[in-house]
Amino acid sequence: MSRELIRLRDVCMAFDDELVLDHLNLYFNDKEFLTLLGPSGCGKTTTLRIIGGFATPTSGDVLFDGVRINDVPPYKRQINTVFQKYALFPHLNVFENIAFGLRMQKRPDPKDPTGKKMVKIPEDEIRERVMEMLEVVSLKGFEHRKPDALSGGQQQRVAIARALVNKPKVLLLDEPLAALDLKLRKDMQIELKRIQQQVGITFIYVTHDQEEALTMSDTIVVMDKGSIQQIGTPEDIYNEPKNAFVADFIGESNIIDGIMLQDKLVQMYGKTFPCLDGGFAPNEPVDVVIRPEDIDIVPVEQGQLIGTVTTVTFKGMQYDIIVDFKGFKWLIQTTDHCPEGSRIGIKIDPDGIHIMKKSQYSGMFGDYSSFSEEYDELDDASLSLDEEESGDEA
Amino acid sequence: MKRNNSLMNRLLMLLVFLFLYAPIFLLIIFSFNAGNSNMIWKGFSLDWYAKLFHNRLIMESVYTTLLVSLLATVIATIAGTFASIGFYAMRRRIRTPLMTVNNIPMMNADIVTGVSMCLLFVAFFNGWENFSVWFNSLGLFQLPTRLTMGFGTLLIAHITFNIPYVILAIGPKLRQMDKHLVDAAMDLGCTWMQAFRKVILPEIKPGIVSGALTAFTMSIDDFVISYFTAGSGSSTLAMTIYGMTKKRVTPEINAISTLLFVTVLLLLAVINIREARQERAALRRK
Ligand SMILES: Nc1ncnc2c1ncn2[C@@H]1O[C@H](COP(=O)(O)OP(=O)(O)O)[C@@H](O)[C@H]1O
Ligand SMILES: [Mg+2]
Repeated sequence: MSRELIRLRDVCMAFDDELVLDHLNLYFNDKEFLTLLGPSGCGKTTTLRIIGGFATPTSGDVLFDGVRINDVPPYKRQINTVFQKYALFPHLNVFENIAFGLRMQKRPDPKDPTGKKMVKIPEDEIRERVMEMLEVVSLKGFEHRKPDALSGGQQQRVAIARALVNKPKVLLLDEPLAALDLKLRKDMQIELKRIQQQVGITFIYVTHDQEEALTMSDTIVVMDKGSIQQIGTPEDIYNEPKNAFVADFIGESNIIDGIMLQDKLVQMYGKTFPCLDGGFAPNEPVDVVIRPEDIDIVPVEQGQLIGTVTTVTFKGMQYDIIVDFKGFKWLIQTTDHCPEGSRIGIKIDPDGIHIMKKSQYSGMFGDYSSFSEEYDELDDASLSLDEEESGDEA
Repeated sequence: MKRNNSLMNRLLMLLVFLFLYAPIFLLIIFSFNAGNSNMIWKGFSLDWYAKLFHNRLIMESVYTTLLVSLLATVIATIAGTFASIGFYAMRRRIRTPLMTVNNIPMMNADIVTGVSMCLLFVAFFNGWENFSVWFNSLGLFQLPTRLTMGFGTLLIAHITFNIPYVILAIGPKLRQMDKHLVDAAMDLGCTWMQAFRKVILPEIKPGIVSGALTAFTMSIDDFVISYFTAGSGSSTLAMTIYGMTKKRVTPEINAISTLLFVTVLLLLAVINIREARQERAALRRK
């Protein structure tokens, strides 16, 4: 594992007595792609602003390479930021936007033996580095354009180049793709990952889009209401969510009340199911997560549980069906067509069952009674984004 | 019926304009009169304008007016710019009432502003006298004990009534600016002051220029507040004209008034054209 670069120790942040970050403990490794993931308002931007030096935590420490940097102003940190709405300088062209940070820099004069004299970066070096950056973000030939003559995606790239040209140790990105349409967003996800690997520095990425987080990250930090819910690799987080909030936020999950009879044996709906988890007290109440794709549909007489299909939605690759098991609605993804109203049996393999301790989130998520509404909302959102940006990329 | 109505409207409008501008037209026309009457036209001449430039009193007050207007504009623009940034950084709950306080002096009757400033200066001079007598008795060094109103107080008064106009012109420009620009500049190595110079200033420059032009116009234009704060030592152009009319309105007054009118008119035209242009540019950007 690589070296630790930044650490947040017991960081709290309050605005007018409202606790926005609650005892955050977190470290960031060198050259890692780490994502802060959580719903809007959970404190992601605030965390990023604390790391960038734009906000001072109410209590706790920010350490960079082991040194406390709470009071170090942004311009003295080896950290650069890509802001949520790019924040390009409107009066400067692309070249000057990217060169901005280099023109601000002073470094020891190589010709001065004492090494005390500070000089600006020479113009030809600035030119070279800006051109190199334009190549990295595929914007060669755009250097004389003003920001308002660029599409959203191009502005995004300028913002990334403007930050990276300073060779920071850490790049902070605050929902950088949120304003782009779906297709461009997918392309930029791959592009960003490529850039991160090419320049080999730490990216701290903020998003509320779980799919984006799973695609790009080495490590994901799931946050809610100013607290960290879980830290782990995308696989960890998806396969072994710590609580109902994480299970619901990352992907689709059915979350059912269960009782852990003994290690590797859980009871749901009064029936016992073999599973792989252990370490709970005998008869401890638990939350059981079953992902929609881990459920097999079988004839009624072979089923571990029997339910009634209430809704069927065709999704191209599969059908999303909602099945009513004694009043609790499950989402199941299947390639077989089951007509609405039919009775089906289901079977779940032991490795398809994941057991979580009860938490403050128990009982709040994982029931698909309002499933269709949830999907409508998602469709609306992606539609309006498409209209906003389509045809924008020149 | 409808036609008739619009005809009435037009007639009324014509009357209003006639009423408003006829005196000024008369004034301008008679400033070119060869004779020294304000009623009988004796032919065209520029004599009165030539005469102006030999009138020491008028030339001195032109100088005072230009100097006080320029100085007040520069100082009020700098102070107003930083004040607007302060307002901008405030939370809405605090900013809104403060902006109201800022706007009141612009709508307040000039005479009230003038008299109250005059009172303030007099009160301050009294206090100063007491203080300086006490201070001089210490024997460190001598302070003047008697202060009087003059160019200094005139300048302070002009700065004071100009600042709100500057703030009013810059506020919208700041609010239009992307609020992360300063963060971005500081992220790239600027101190706050560098960020102000390299990023905020270019963004709000149109507002600053508009504010300065408005302030300059207001200063040139002002009579009432100057009258109460200039003391006997200095006199602005408007005050000199007022003093001359106490005897008789000569065509010389017509000439200098015409010049004042044209100057202010030009300044207002420049301000309006700039505003229209900026609005169009903002629309195009959207
Ligand atoms: N400057 C501020 N003043 C007051 N409250 C703030 C400020 N910045 C953020 N907050 C509050 O802090 C919470 C977290 O905000 P933020 O970090 O922006 O969340 P996220 O980026 O995850 O959407 C929100 O409830 C927000 O209203
Ligand atoms: Mg945010």
